[in-house]
Amino acid sequence: MANNSYLKLEQIGKSFSRGAATTEVLRDISMVINEGEYVSIIGHSGCGKSTLLNIIAGLTQVTTGAVILEEREVNSPGPERAVVFQNHSLLPWLTVYENVALAVNKVFANKKSRAERHEWIEHNLQLVHMLHAKDKRPAEISGGMKQRVGIARGLAMEPKILLLDEPFGALDALTRAHLQDSIMEIHMKLGNTMVMITHDVDEAILLSDRVVMMTNGPAATIGEILDVKLARPRRRLELVNNKTYTEARSAVLEFLYARHKAPTIAA
Amino acid sequence: MLSLPILKSGGLTQKISMQQSPARTPATVIPLRSGKPFAQVAKEKLAAVAVTVIPPLIVLVLLLLVWELAFSRPGASLPTPIQVWREAQDLIRDPFFENGPQDIGLGWRVLVSLQRVAFGFGLAAVIGVLVGALIGQSVWAMRGLDPIFQVLRTVPPLAWLPISLAAFRDSAPSAIFVIFITSIWPVIINTAVGVRNIPQDYRNIAAVLQLNSIEFFWRILVPAAAPYIFTGLRIGIGLSWLAIVAAEMLTGGVGIGFFIWDAWNSSRLPDIIVALAYIGIVGFLLDKLVSAVGSIVTRGVQAS
Repeated sequence: MANNSYLKLEQIGKSFSRGAATTEVLRDISMVINEGEYVSIIGHSGCGKSTLLNIIAGLTQVTTGAVILEEREVNSPGPERAVVFQNHSLLPWLTVYENVALAVNKVFANKKSRAERHEWIEHNLQLVHMLHAKDKRPAEISGGMKQRVGIARGLAMEPKILLLDEPFGALDALTRAHLQDSIMEIHMKLGNTMVMITHDVDEAILLSDRVVMMTNGPAATIGEILDVKLARPRRRLELVNNKTYTEARSAVLEFLYARHKAPTIAA
Repeated sequence: MLSLPILKSGGLTQKISMQQSPARTPATVIPLRSGKPFAQVAKEKLAAVAVTVIPPLIVLVLLLLVWELAFSRPGASLPTPIQVWREAQDLIRDPFFENGPQDIGLGWRVLVSLQRVAFGFGLAAVIGVLVGALIGQSVWAMRGLDPIFQVLRTVPPLAWLPISLAAFRDSAPSAIFVIFITSIWPVIINTAVGVRNIPQDYRNIAAVLQLNSIEFFWRILVPAAAPYIFTGLRIGIGLSWLAIVAAEMLTGGVGIGFFIWDAWNSSRLPDIIVALAYIGIVGFLLDKLVSAVGSIVTRGVQAS
């Protein structure tokens, strides 16, 4: 992971049109993400967080602006911007090993030998503590385990940036806590750049170096960016009474629930 | 039985925490039996089989009884089961006899018909999946081809026969074409639906991995659409079997369809009834076969 993974978002705007009606979803999103950073994007539902992530991943095209990775514009998907989806999206007819192998064999077809690829797959499965279940099908493992495999598949592509779209949203609180610890451990070990979408304030502050708070849609933009100055490794039980943590938490909560309240549903 | 010490706060807990962890010994593995005696297991399995087999047998016997009673008056239009048995025993008992080039057992005739089904349906399966995948993936292919398919698919199989005979001038390829054109429609339509129902997440993964078209086809499209494809294939095989019997009635030959038509012309009604039973059973077995292949190929994965 020694590459320069400097990611720049320059005045990104996104509008969807259907027939005559146009909805501006994102407006003037600009920010810089440094190599090795863990950035969380947080905001209310419908503010365009997933759209922004899809734009960075190249799965959606920008209407205006550009995504620049290492001084070059990117506008199509690729394994250097690996995605971990909210619904794990493992292929159900393949085993855990084969799901990761699909990615590895495609990305490293000419760069690693068969034996090296096999070792790399097992290494990544071990990183997420799923090596023992490598021959099981997705239907035979729990939701948390499936999400781990999704993360292993993302990491196995050796991406410059790992994009996580509400990776723990579909899981129960206990599993979520375990996986948050796992991903912090992986981030410390590998030092890769991660961009995560979440709507959980505690998760955002616990995991990230910076929290990007988005305003409400339509025409959502970046409201504020909070620097989380907590030393790593971070242990949730110790942080409960930590002053920096609680201040960061109130700042984010105040942004979300006071200054940029979620739009109320019209009666 | 050990008596547990009464826990006091402080002293005892401290002692426990200072104990060394027990020395590790390998665990003894004890194989577990299900606990049921063989006789009971056998009885349960027999019961399961009986529950599936006996009710249809009872209904069958009742139906035969009703049939016997309904047509037992002299001068009745159809033969009764007992008459069928008396006059067509040889057909029922030995499916594979050979008394001459035109006098062969129904088993052989079924195999001849199945051979034509194999060609026609095989062609329909391959072309149907490819065309269905094309329509499912491409909006313009769908707009261009779908209306034409919707019109063509309502044409009954036998109506294709005259055109087919004129084009091929030989009954064998005409029959195969009739099977092909009958069974291809469900394969196309179901494949197209299956392809359209591929979850966006799978497509996103293919995009992130930058899979090319061929890789996408074999690694994602076919496995994801497989449950739908096999539904189409099951319907298709049923229609193929219907089509061949009808086609053979008109084109002649050695198949079971021709046997029915020939028996009708010779007023051998019992023979026809036996042939119908053969046709029904073979059709049922074909459906089960395609269904079994389907569940093996899809490895039990449900349609998404």
